[in-house]
Amino acid sequence: MRSGAGSLEETLARSDAPSGAPTSPRGHQGPGSTSASRAGTTVTHIPVLDHYREGNSLIHRLDPRVKLIITLAFIVAVTALPPGAWSSYLLCLLPVLVVVGLAGLNPLLVLRRSLVAIPFALAALTLVVTKEGTAVATIELARWSVSATYEGIVAFVTILVKAWLSVLTATALVSTTPFSDLVAALRTLRIPKVIVSVVSFMYRYVFVIVEEALRLHRAREARSANPTGSAGGSLLWRSRVLGGMIGSLFLRSYERSERIYAAMLSRGFDGDIRNMRMGALGLSDSLIIAASLAYLLAMLLLSHLQRGG
Amino acid sequence: MASISEESARHSEHRTDPHGILEDQHSPVIALTGVSFSYPDGRRALDNVNLVVQAREKVALVGPNGAGKSTLLLHLNGILRGQGAVAIMGNELGDGNLGLVRSQVGMVFQHPDDQLFSPTVFEDVAFGPLHMNLDDDEVHRRVSWALAQVGMEGFENRMPHHLSLGEKKRIAIATVLAMQPAILALDEPSGELDPRARRGLIRLLGSLPQTMLVATHDMRLVDELLPRTVVLDGGRVVADGPTQAILSDTVLLDRHGLEPP
Repeated sequence: MRSGAGSLEETLARSDAPSGAPTSPRGHQGPGSTSASRAGTTVTHIPVLDHYREGNSLIHRLDPRVKLIITLAFIVAVTALPPGAWSSYLLCLLPVLVVVGLAGLNPLLVLRRSLVAIPFALAALTLVVTKEGTAVATIELARWSVSATYEGIVAFVTILVKAWLSVLTATALVSTTPFSDLVAALRTLRIPKVIVSVVSFMYRYVFVIVEEALRLHRAREARSANPTGSAGGSLLWRSRVLGGMIGSLFLRSYERSERIYAAMLSRGFDGDIRNMRMGALGLSDSLIIAASLAYLLAMLLLSHLQRGG
Repeated sequence: MASISEESARHSEHRTDPHGILEDQHSPVIALTGVSFSYPDGRRALDNVNLVVQAREKVALVGPNGAGKSTLLLHLNGILRGQGAVAIMGNELGDGNLGLVRSQVGMVFQHPDDQLFSPTVFEDVAFGPLHMNLDDDEVHRRVSWALAQVGMEGFENRMPHHLSLGEKKRIAIATVLAMQPAILALDEPSGELDPRARRGLIRLLGSLPQTMLVATHDMRLVDELLPRTVVLDGGRVVADGPTQAILSDTVLLDRHGLEPP
């Protein structure tokens, strides 16, 4: 089935795989303590994927459905704001900052995470020169001239700010809500079960797959010695090995999916995904949602009226 | 041994026993008759296997890699279905009773990362009971009870990828105990565990009252825990008898790539 190289890689990877970490004292293990209980493996903790920060603030205790609804409504409202409505953008930023403060999150950490959206927003950079309007700067290139327009710059900065605000809000959400609660909230909001299950499985197994990839990577590193020069092997050799690694990772994931399916069938899975019901939302939850929606609606109306007037 | 059977008796008093299955000592709980199975690639994994297991028997399934141990286990609840007849609790396995049989046979897979597929421990242990159409209160009770059985109380909201392998193995067992099966089928329960976690697991398995079929390479576990041993090689049952007799037959063990403990 697998190539000889693949199985050799597997053997090498196995030898340094975490083997039965001792049962650590119970009760005080936060998400961060995994690496400590698995001494002997170098990289098992994947901080990028684990946004949730333990806490007991008002925001943490809020029903995940409430948080999810408000976040989604917020992102829709931000998207619907007119370009260049700077004061409205500030009115959006304010409640997010309040939430971050109430939740006791580290503002710098939240800021750093929210910046992941910026590279994608840069795709809108061309708007600066393609949008018609008042030219503010012109570059002459032989018989060809490019003008940056005021409208173009406004459009670009607007996209940048909106993207950042949306990701900032999402960051606040995932930092204060365990992923499993978010999945449960998605379910009760009538998102199709199959999609929610895909999200849930993805979150569960992305850690497993990344760990497998790290083991494969280490197995390659261990064999990239070159007695006459620096370690690493030639580019051609490394890319060939990388191809093998990707293939092997895919095969392993595929085989794993079959084993998981067998495990599901063994516990009575019959194609219908069943979950516990969540209790109905309380009055205070409904009030919080209503107040937030009213705030967003008022802000939208004001900014569009202002622009119209 | 006496203390273990006392422990078992105590557990069975606490158990609700919906099918009255643990008390029925007469009919075999597992009966395989002439079971053969070939994988789609043509490899013959099981070749005319006959096996009868009585209630509360603890049976080891040993043999070299590729002998068909895991394949045999997967026949017990119809995940794989070959030629021949499989009867669980007196019911021959067929399309109509797969759901029932799967609630009677608790299948614990080798790798807990395959068995624990939910975002939290609670959801994973609740998966079986929910698919047995139990109401939410009963599901909650079953989850607490099953986690207590494996000594993992208070782990409900933990995520599987934050657990050690020993913890994952225990919780994998809890996911099937929550269905209150009469039979436990375990694939390499002690594999890859460090000595302390392995010792804890052996103690846990010894405390469970269910009929047990354990596929393993761990001959010391077999010696300690499982009074009957079935040796499988090349998809055939090549020996079946009291563990002490089989473990002292060095010629037999050597011929099938096994070692005495």
